[in-house]
Amino acid sequence: MGIGLLDNLINAPGEWLRGEGPESDIVISSRIRLARNFTGFFFSNILEGAPRLELINMVRQSAEKTPLLKTSEFFQNDKLTAIDNEFLVERHLISREHAREKRERAICFTTNEMISLMILEEDHLRIQIIQSGFKFKEVWEMIDKLDSELEKNLPYAFHPEFGYLTACPTNVGTGIRVSSMLHLPALVMTKQLNKVLQALQKMNLAARGMYGEGTQATGNFFQISNQITLGQDEPDIIDGLDKVIKQIIGHERDARHALFQSRKMRLQDQIGRALGVLKNSYIISSTETMTLLSMARLGLDLMLIRGMNTKMLNELFLLSQPSHLQRLAKKSLSAKDRDIRRAQLVRERLKSVELV
Amino acid sequence: MTEIVNGKAIELHLCEACAQEKGTELNPQFSFGDLLAGLADFTPIMMNETTRLEKCTTCGQSVAELSKSGRLGCPDCYKNLQKSLVPIIKRVQRSAQHVGKRPQKISAKLKRQVTVRELEEKLKKFIEQEDYEKAAQVRDEIRKLAAEKLSSGVKEAKELKDKEKK
Repeated sequence: MGIGLLDNLINAPGEWLRGEGPESDIVISSRIRLARNFTGFFFSNILEGAPRLELINMVRQSAEKTPLLKTSEFFQNDKLTAIDNEFLVERHLISREHAREKRERAICFTTNEMISLMILEEDHLRIQIIQSGFKFKEVWEMIDKLDSELEKNLPYAFHPEFGYLTACPTNVGTGIRVSSMLHLPALVMTKQLNKVLQALQKMNLAARGMYGEGTQATGNFFQISNQITLGQDEPDIIDGLDKVIKQIIGHERDARHALFQSRKMRLQDQIGRALGVLKNSYIISSTETMTLLSMARLGLDLMLIRGMNTKMLNELFLLSQPSHLQRLAKKSLSAKDRDIRRAQLVRERLKSVELV
Repeated sequence: MTEIVNGKAIELHLCEACAQEKGTELNPQFSFGDLLAGLADFTPIMMNETTRLEKCTTCGQSVAELSKSGRLGCPDCYKNLQKSLVPIIKRVQRSAQHVGKRPQKISAKLKRQVTVRELEEKLKKFIEQEDYEKAAQVRDEIRKLAAEKLSSGVKEAKELKDKEKK
């Protein structure tokens, strides 16, 4: 099944799930991506045949000369199986849209999974950096440097008024999307999340589910990102989002505190029940797993459970996803078999976890 | 699971099979075409057959196709369809002027254009603030760049003539 390298990846949760960094009880990860296109090529959607391969090779050569990509892997989609693609999506190394593309495309990522390049997604090149915790500034400095290195050998399409040119006018200008994955169980439980979402919309910020555009907010995870890419420079965009996320963190902390103060037994009951199901089920869906693990995570943050750490829990979120389960099993599994395997995995991993 | 619709979280209770189906088939939150269709500024463009069907001379894509797929055909579209695109971009982005990072490698001509534009913005600001001393400095810088442009233009014209002679 697929490439040997991907088998190695399964042994570690990847950079963005390390559970470290500032505010990592609420902010799972900070991510920035830049959209870039090259002059002399049609945009990806209407680019066909030989020029696609030519473009892939051009990026490959540029990547090879880039110090930040020294320990990276580069491969084209003809080497990837359906499960490989799904696996890369679950690890946030490529987007669903990129995984669906049947024509020539390529992906390059560093072995620590911090940096990834998607070649021939909606845009010719999408550069992405993810780090765990709340740290946009570090991520921006790194991606800015990487982008400048790559640019030395790539003919970026740029216009003095419109900036970096992109296939869709919603990305034109800076081509930047800054996003953060937040775990907001207390805002959901206290029914305050809608207020947050409405406020975000007014500020031209988007909220999405765990896997980006068009996905649901399973397990109380929300991705918050900028929508406007033109007319503001990168530091301004990042700063705007930074401020908003700090506020959301504050609201989530307040809500957790209020729950803990006024409804502690109820909270203990909910967390205890979640653990009860996780530790004792024999068939469990991924959605139910996510929802219950979210409760366990809240319990861990509030020190209401013991016997595990955030990293172990994050890993379980990832390993219980469909293609990760299949890679662990080393074969493809039906939905029913996955539910059985998932329950088994969760039972084993949470064996020594208990309420305080 | 919680789904976000129009900025509101809606709780859904689905079985695994339905959830999976929904997860993979859920449409993006808005289609670019729908977004454009709702824009007042965009209607005149779409009503006008000439602008709607005007094709990019490099790739052959039109604004009508953009409203369908949400994608342009090539980087040159921005130049070739600029007139129709500006109102769309302004509406989507609330601006039509890039600020921020730009490639190091851009041509001297492009660089000059960008710098002049930035200086003009600065000039406007200083005049608003009634800081005429700084405004005069900026104005001089703009003049200098304009002179450079002229001289390089003359040079280019001369080179072209020389070529023709040969």
